[in-house]
Amino acid sequence: MSIPLSTLRAVCAAVALLFAFTHPAAAQLSFKPTAEAVQEDKLLNALKEGDKITGRISIPDPMASSLIQPAGRDWRDFQRRQLPIIGGIALIGMFALLVIFLAVRGRVRVEHGFSGIKLLRFASFERFTHWLTATCFIILALSGLNISFGRTLILPLFGAQTFSTLTAWGKIAHNYLAFPFMLGVAVMFVIWIKDNFPSRLDWVWIREGGGMLRNGKHPPARRFNAGQKGIFWIVVIGGALMSVSGWFLLFPYLPANVTALQFWTIIHAVIGMLFMAAILAHIYIGTIGMEGAFDAMGTGEVDLNWAKEHHALWVEEEKAKGHAPVGSSPTAIPAE
Amino acid sequence: MARVKFLCDADRCIECNACVTACKNEHEVPWGINRRRVVTINDGKPGERSVSMACMHCTDAPCAAVCPVSCFYTTNDGVVLHSKDLCIGCGYCFYACPFGAPQYPKVGNFGSRGKMDKCTYCAGGPEADSTPAEYAKYGANRLAEGKLPICAEMCSTKSLLAGDGAIIAEIYKERVMKRGYGSGMWGWKTAYSDSPTG
Repeated sequence: MSIPLSTLRAVCAAVALLFAFTHPAAAQLSFKPTAEAVQEDKLLNALKEGDKITGRISIPDPMASSLIQPAGRDWRDFQRRQLPIIGGIALIGMFALLVIFLAVRGRVRVEHGFSGIKLLRFASFERFTHWLTATCFIILALSGLNISFGRTLILPLFGAQTFSTLTAWGKIAHNYLAFPFMLGVAVMFVIWIKDNFPSRLDWVWIREGGGMLRNGKHPPARRFNAGQKGIFWIVVIGGALMSVSGWFLLFPYLPANVTALQFWTIIHAVIGMLFMAAILAHIYIGTIGMEGAFDAMGTGEVDLNWAKEHHALWVEEEKAKGHAPVGSSPTAIPAE
Repeated sequence: MARVKFLCDADRCIECNACVTACKNEHEVPWGINRRRVVTINDGKPGERSVSMACMHCTDAPCAAVCPVSCFYTTNDGVVLHSKDLCIGCGYCFYACPFGAPQYPKVGNFGSRGKMDKCTYCAGGPEADSTPAEYAKYGANRLAEGKLPICAEMCSTKSLLAGDGAIIAEIYKERVMKRGYGSGMWGWKTAYSDSPTG
C-alpha cells in the first residue's frame, strides 16, 4: 500500500492519454462496419443456377447450413408447369396414337390362322421375371402418377383425408416395390441380353415398319425383332435410370444435398413419364394390338404360325435345336 | 388485413441463438428439429453476418405448390401452415423450400421421415386455437393470444422483427437510413417477389 495516490493518478492519465490518441485513430482506420459486409443482393446476383447461399451453423445438420436456395422456386415451377406438360404429352399422346393405330390398322392378325401347334417361347422363369417386374411396374407407375397428378385429378373425388391415406399407402408401396422391380430388371437384363444385341436384320425390320403397316409382309427376325429389342433396352436403360434416381430419393440422407435431390427427382419424373408411355405401347402390342402375342407371356407357348410370321429365323433355330416340330402339318393337335 | 412477415436485420444479429432456443422451448420442438436456425455467412472473415432464418411464409409458397396431398394452407394473415394429419412425409416441400424450413422428426430411410414440422409463425395449425391437440402437433398459438412470434419477441438486439410486413420493412428502412448501411432484407426477394404487394 505504498504507492502514492499521485503516482496512480499519473499512470491513469497516461493510459487514458494513450487511449485517447491511439484508439480512435486506429478505429477510424480499421472500423468500417459496411465496407466488407456481406450483402444479400450481391450474394444473390453472384449465385449460379441451382446454387445456394450457405454459411456456418452450430447445429449438426449439414443441410441446415443452406440459408437461401432460390432454385427451390424453379423446382416448384417444374412440378407445376413443365411436368404436367411432359407427362400429358407422353401419356395422353401415346394413348391417342395407339387408339388411332388400332382404328386405322386394326389388330395384327395371324394371317395363316392358328395351326394348333405350340412352340415354347418363354420358359417359366422368364415369365415369372417378366410378371414380377410388370406387376411392380404397374403399382409403381400408378402410385407415382398419383404423387404427381393425384392432387389435381383424384383428391377432388375422395376428399383430403381419404386421399392422404391412399397416397400414404401408395408411397409405402412405391418405396418397397422398388426393390423387387430393380431385381426384376436386373434379372431380365441377364437372361435376355444375349438375344438383344442390335444386328443388321434390325435395320430391315425398321425399314419395313416391322411388318405392322401392311398385311402379309413380315420382315424376318430372330428371337427378338427390333421393336422387342427396343423395349428391352428401354426397360434396361429406363429401369437403371429410375433405380439410380430413385435410390437417392429412397435414401435422401445419402447425398444430403437439396440440389442433388432436386436433380434426381426431375430425372425420376421425366424418365418415369417416358417409361410409362413406352410400356403403354408394349402392353398394347402384347394384348389387343396383336393376335397370338399374349400367349408368349401368358402360357409361354406361342402358335407355330404366329412364330413363323413374326420370328421366322427363330423358328428355324428352334427346329435346328430340335425344340420345334419340323413338319407344319397339324397332325399333333391335341383334342381340346 | 395485415400480411405478417419476418425480417432479420443481419447488421444487428449477434448470433446468440436466443431465437432458436426460445422457439424450441415455446413449442417443445423435438430433438433434431430446428424450426429456426442462425446461419453465419463468411464466418471469421471481416464483414461476416449472421442471419436468423425460419419459414418465410412465402407468397405463392413453393411447399404448398408441390405438396402431393395439398396439406398446406395460407391464413388471412399470410401465414403458411400445414396439416400433419394429411402430410405423408414425402419430402417434396423440403426440395421446394428456398429456406430449408421443413424439418422431419426421423432421418429414417425408405422415405420414413415422419410428419413434416416447420415454423408456424407461432400460429398453431388447423386444430381449434390453443387446444392441447393443436399444441401437441404444432406448438403454441401465440397469434391467437394476440402475441407475436416468440423468436422476434425474445431478440435482445431487436434484429429479428416480426409483424405486419409493411411496418417492419419501414422500421428496417429507417434504421438503414439512420446508420447508413444495411446488408439487405434477407430472403424477401426470394419469398415475396412473386407478388408486388407481398
